[in-house]
Order: sequence, then structure tokens, then C-alpha cells
Amino acid sequence: MDRAEVDSRIRSLIEPFNKKGVTITDDTTFAGDLEFDSLTVMDFVAAIEDEFDIIISMNQQAEIEKYGQLVDAVCKLADD
Amino acid sequence: MSEGISQPDQPEPHPGEGKDLFSKFDSLIGQRQALLDSGLEDPFNLVMEKVLSPTRAICNGRETILLGTYNYMGMTFDPEVVAAGQKALADFGSGTTGSRVLNGTYQGHRECEDALREFYGMDHAMVFSTGYQANLGIISTIAGKGDYVVLDIDSHASIWDGCALGNAEIVPFKHNDMEAMEKRLRRIPEEAGKLVVLEGVYSMLGDIAPLKEMVAVAKKYGAMVLVDEAHSMGFIGENGRGVVETAGVIDDVDFIIGTFSKSVGTVGGFCVSNHPKFEIMRLVCRPYVFTASLPPSVVATAATSIRKLMHGSNKRAHLWENSRTLHAGLKELGFQLGTDTPESAIIAVIMPDLERGAAMWEALLKEGLYVNLARPPATPANMTLLRCSLCAEHSSEQVETILDMFERAGKATGIIG
Ligand SMILES: Cc1ncc(COP(=O)(O)O)c(C=O)c1O
Repeated sequence: MDRAEVDSRIRSLIEPFNKKGVTITDDTTFAGDLEFDSLTVMDFVAAIEDEFDIIISMNQQAEIEKYGQLVDAVCKLADD
Repeated sequence: MSEGISQPDQPEPHPGEGKDLFSKFDSLIGQRQALLDSGLEDPFNLVMEKVLSPTRAICNGRETILLGTYNYMGMTFDPEVVAAGQKALADFGSGTTGSRVLNGTYQGHRECEDALREFYGMDHAMVFSTGYQANLGIISTIAGKGDYVVLDIDSHASIWDGCALGNAEIVPFKHNDMEAMEKRLRRIPEEAGKLVVLEGVYSMLGDIAPLKEMVAVAKKYGAMVLVDEAHSMGFIGENGRGVVETAGVIDDVDFIIGTFSKSVGTVGGFCVSNHPKFEIMRLVCRPYVFTASLPPSVVATAATSIRKLMHGSNKRAHLWENSRTLHAGLKELGFQLGTDTPESAIIAVIMPDLERGAAMWEALLKEGLYVNLARPPATPANMTLLRCSLCAEHSSEQVETILDMFERAGKATGIIG
């Protein structure tokens, strides 16, 4: 799948979770900039998994700290 | 060794900064201090000076009704159980000083495993030193690299730690959400090994899992199923085998994990299974191999207690009655509860926040009632809970007394009107 398309779909999914309206770039961090707690992470990950019909295991989540890394990971998972 | 040129491989120490490994706990230390500075008794530092019975003790100098132990079936002072322990202590000594696979398996450990096999009607039983280690060992050993563990997000710490110790892919789903579980199972590669981990009773809110439906879904996707029945053994099900028994799925689950530290009334853990190759676990499961076995007195009390629990239907009936009375009474008083109807021997009272929860906990203690204060991050959805766990030895009068105490403490702290 095209990275730009994945990026735009994730951007619309993240909106309800981005309570402070942080400007999102590839370097935006989930824990630091977006202040996601573990419950938010679970709901957000579930939304992405459903959108792309993929699984992002906790092992994979542990490697993802920044928005750009998430987009890359989803591109790869959706292609497999 | 890296090939860095401008920087040494080892980070340079910054004098006076970030060297204390304990600095990561500073915010927790601060939160705890603030709670103590407000003058409350420390909820996590209670000492029972004397234990009078399964339901009464002297705590911090006061006679107290115990409503926060896991002594569901009140076996801790059962005369036959105590006598069995005393005899084993005298005959076999105070400890085994060895692993189950070397010099740590005595006749008593075998008898305890026989009792478990009979209790559950299963082919194999393996006794661990705690229930924590049973989950740690079984989950980390059977789910290896490339396999998937699918588990409820509200699982007990020992289940999460079993996942962390192993090398499988870990996939959690929303609490008791069958659709979320199924979606995840469907997306896992068909050829991958899958283990679904569920609990019969979830101990924070006292709610049960819809095991009939969930086990059927897991089987449909070819997953093995492990159910932790720590909080239901001896109480739920016609023979006390747990929620798997009530749901009619005991023959469909691959592993049941349990503990001796709750209804059985001592300490220890176990796994029972019908898997034909189960016995190999004794050689490959590290939390079984690399720790000392339970003392002879402990396995003797456990075996005696398990055999008595098989015939505990009168006690089970009284415990259900206690659970229903307390649940209805607390609801009537206006408390917010974790479940709409009583589903287990645990009734969770939801507090508005940690400060008022701690104040209510202390007010109850001063009334002479001990309950468990549970707080984030151990609780679902960051709730503060007062968790009440009932005992088959609580008399109906004690339950009425408990309700009076809740009413006075709830009004004094402004939690109910
Ligand atoms: C669901 C569950 N599993 C396992 C355990 C661990 O049991 P044990 O106390 O024997 O280590 C507990 C106890 O807290 C539990 O609640």
C-alpha cells in the first residue's frame, strides 16, 4: 500500500485521540508529545488494526515510538 | 562494540545527575507520601497481630472482620487440614531443600497432584511453588518464538509476566470482548501456534468471562486454551471446578491454572491438563525446575483441603447467599458496584477517586472492617476500588454488620448520601 495513503488514513484515525491538537509529524512521539497512556494505546491500536485488517503485536508496538515508525510498520504489515 | 569515532562506546557519566537507579520511582514515592501526609493509615502496611478465625483478626490493635482475604472457603483453620499439616511437619520435616525434579518430590507432592487430578477429573496435574509461577512457567514454556498468545487486557500480572518471559507474539484484546478476540484470532497466520489465555473470574471487578462462547471461538481458530481459575476454585460450579464447569467447557480447555493461596487456604500453584504430552513440562518449564518445592506441611494441608472442597456444596451455597446479600445491600445503600449482579465471591465497590477511596478504606478499618484498596495501575480503566471478598465462614449476621459499617463509613466520607 502507498505510504501517503496509509499516512492519511492513520491521520484521520488519530484525530479523536489527539485531544490537545498536537501537530503531527513523522517525529511526533506517542508517549511524550501525544501523552498516550496504556488505555489510549490499546484503543488506538485496535482502531488501526481494524482499519487495515492487521495485527500489531505488543512486541511490535514496543519498537514503535514515533508516528513515522507507525506509518512504516503499518505499510509493511498491510503488504504482507 | 560500535564503530563510533566521536563518542566513546560507554556513555560519559554526568556528575551528580541520573545515577540513582531509584529516581524512576520518584513520582510514586511522592504520591504515597502525599497520601500519608494527609494523616491516613497506610493502606499497604497493615499488620495482623492475631488471626482469630478465617473471618476475624486483630489488625493494628483492633478486632476486625476480614472482608479482603481470598480465604473464600474458610479452610485455613479446618481441624483436619491443620492436623494433616502438623503430621507432615513432624514426619517429613520443615522443608524439602530441593527442586521438584531433583530431591524435592516427596510422597506428599504426589498425593497433592493425585487430589488435583481427582478434583478436576483430568489426566495430569503439576504442582508449582505458587500460582504466579504456574502462569509464568506454563505460558512462557508452551508459547515460543513464532507462536501467538491472545489474552484479555485485564489479565493478572502473572499472566502478563509469563508473556514477557517467553518469546511469543503477544496480542491483547479488550476485556471480555468476544468480537475483539475473534478478529485477532482471524488475522493470525493460520499455520502459527496459538494460545488463548482467559480467566474464569477477573479479580478486580469480580466479573466472570463468557467462557462457553469464548472457548468455542478459540477452538474454531485452532487455538489451545488456558483458563486461570484462581478465584473460582472450590466455589463456582457444581463440584467447585470453576467457571469452566458452569459454562460446560471443562473438556474443551487444554489447561487450567490454579492456586492454593485462595480457596485451598495455603500456598502453591498448579496446572491440570489432559494433553497426552503434558508430563514433559516437568523437564522444560524453568519456574518449575529452578526453584525449591513446597514444604511437606504445605502440600499435606493442600491435599486435605482439596479433597474436602470436593464435598463442599453446603459451604458453596452459603457463600453464594453471602455474596447475593452483600451485593444487594450495598446497591440498596447507593454504592456503585463493579457488576450489576453478583457473579463471584468478589464484590468491587467503585470509589470516585484515590483520595476518597483511601478515606473510605480508613473509615471502614476504624469501624472494624478490612477490605482491599485497589488502585491504578492494577485496576481496569484507572478506577479506585474497595474490593470485598466473602468467605463461606462469614455468618449471615456478620454480613448484616458489614452492611451497617459500610453505611456509616459511606455517609461519614460523603460517598453515599
Ligand atoms: C488470576 C490470578 N492468577 C494467579 C494468581 C497467583 O496466585 P499465587 O498467589 O498462588 O501466586 C493470582 C493471585 O493473586 C490471581 O489472582
